[in-house]
Amino acid sequence: MTATTLPAPPRRVSPGATVSQTLTLAWRSLVQIKHNPWELLDLSIQPIMFLLLFTYVFGGAISGSTGDYLQFALPGLLVQNALFYTLSTAIGLNTDIAKGVFDRLRSLPIARSAPLAGRIIADTFKQVWAFALLIGFGMVLGFRVTTGVTGLLGALALLVVVALAMSWMSVLIGLTASNPEKVQMFSFSVMMPLTFTSSALVNPDTFPSWLAAWAGVNPVTHLSDAIRGLLIGGEVARPALISLLWAAGFMVVFAPLAIRVFRRRA
Amino acid sequence: MTGNHYAIEAEGLVKRYGETRALDGVDLAVPPGRLLGVLGPNGAGKTTAVRVLATLLTPDAGRASVLGFDVTGQAHQVRSLIGLTGQYAAVDEMLTGVENLVMIGRLLGLSRREARGRATALLERFDLSDAGGRAAKTYSGGMRRRLDLAASLVGSPQVLFLDEPTTGLDPRSRTELWGVVRGLMADGVTVLLTTQYLEEADQLADDIVVFDHGKVIASGTSDELKATTGAQVLEVRPMAGHQVPVVSEVVEEIVGEVPEVSGGRLTVAVRDPAVVPAVVRRLDDLGIVASELTLRKSSLDEVFLALTGHRAEEPVKDDEEAYA
Repeated sequence: MTATTLPAPPRRVSPGATVSQTLTLAWRSLVQIKHNPWELLDLSIQPIMFLLLFTYVFGGAISGSTGDYLQFALPGLLVQNALFYTLSTAIGLNTDIAKGVFDRLRSLPIARSAPLAGRIIADTFKQVWAFALLIGFGMVLGFRVTTGVTGLLGALALLVVVALAMSWMSVLIGLTASNPEKVQMFSFSVMMPLTFTSSALVNPDTFPSWLAAWAGVNPVTHLSDAIRGLLIGGEVARPALISLLWAAGFMVVFAPLAIRVFRRRA
Repeated sequence: MTGNHYAIEAEGLVKRYGETRALDGVDLAVPPGRLLGVLGPNGAGKTTAVRVLATLLTPDAGRASVLGFDVTGQAHQVRSLIGLTGQYAAVDEMLTGVENLVMIGRLLGLSRREARGRATALLERFDLSDAGGRAAKTYSGGMRRRLDLAASLVGSPQVLFLDEPTTGLDPRSRTELWGVVRGLMADGVTVLLTTQYLEEADQLADDIVVFDHGKVIASGTSDELKATTGAQVLEVRPMAGHQVPVVSEVVEEIVGEVPEVSGGRLTVAVRDPAVVPAVVRRLDDLGIVASELTLRKSSLDEVFLALTGHRAEEPVKDDEEAYA
């Protein structure tokens, strides 16, 4: 038997097939929700817990009233949640590698980019869901969007764009971490201090001067300020621009690194 | 693809990991429709070889082809012809059995209906129909392996790589999986199967290659391998257990090698069958009654021991994973 007797297999994947494979793999990440609708809530439990704790435990002390604090903190919690959420890409990717699913996909005649792109699309969808969940929950507690639908959509768009840029770092972590637990640890030990030392949850004016200086540089501060401006009014253009510059910087640094590691593995 | 008569062919494959040579010049040739058993301990390079052949790893030197397509230069074509089942059951645990197979079918370009039909047929074939609607994380180890194997068959591959498909399975699941592999061979699929189990290679393989330290150290059919070491095996079991040391001395004196003792039975490789009557006479002189005294061909296990100096199933070092 020679290969010439067989119908010659195609040499590469067509663009149409690439799109369909990407969507199939995005479906794969999302169909889990059908079996376990609480999964998304699981992932949102931490922000909701923070929302409740911060509002009712610290709210009065920080802002004088829980209602005022909720209005201030919810945009920050949205940012914190979105940043944490970018790491779910890393966890999912890393789990696939550990379980051998990644190798199975790589042994199939599919576009090399499909597993990555499919996952990122699915994770973006989950970002939108988590955003809606937190806003909805916040509104039940008394949060009010004062800028209308445009502000709300603007905030969502900004968060998604920044999250997509951050997901390159997430991909790099997912491809290089030795196991999913390491990724979890990273998210706790880096993301947590990063979001706390910003304007996300408190006004940094009360920080000691060195910390306030750091908070002024911290990209989370700018992103929080922008989201706050978009949802409840205030300055938007400047913090949004700085956030986007940070996002671009992140992408310039991490996208090539992630792609290099991915190419080597794929 | 001039002159290519092999479904799987490899020449001088080398793969280095730092100082370690996971593959150190491996040649393989599997004719279409045959099952090649790759036998070797952990860390011998079996998995690395499979990963190179399945386009997951690029070799540092050498070349390999599957059905005439080069695994590095024509990887996409190779991927559309092969199926791979790795050491770990690579199924998405969050998805149901059906969904796992439908996903692969859709990725391979089947329509939704075709993918569903293929999934149903495969689940039926692997006795998973009842579990098809359950998340794979609820499956037993044997069921996961079967689902994994089913997943590698969605594309009806002509060449199948099975990397230690039965490692960690209980004997019943193992026998079941052997039945499935035999069924595939009946369909004319070419199979490369790696295993640490000599019995498995003996049961399934048309041809066997023995790997050790990234090299092929022996190849042939099971019978050829058993013959190559030239040795037959003498087994003696004295009726009375306390006579084992005496019998051991007798055997050592006549055969010239210290026999291995386990469970009251002495085993020793012999090159000259004439030693058997000599052993019988000496035992008779000493008034020792043997409840068992046989001369047989060496088992694959003994062949492996003779070839490598260590046993096949002894966990030499657990670094195969590091290569993965």
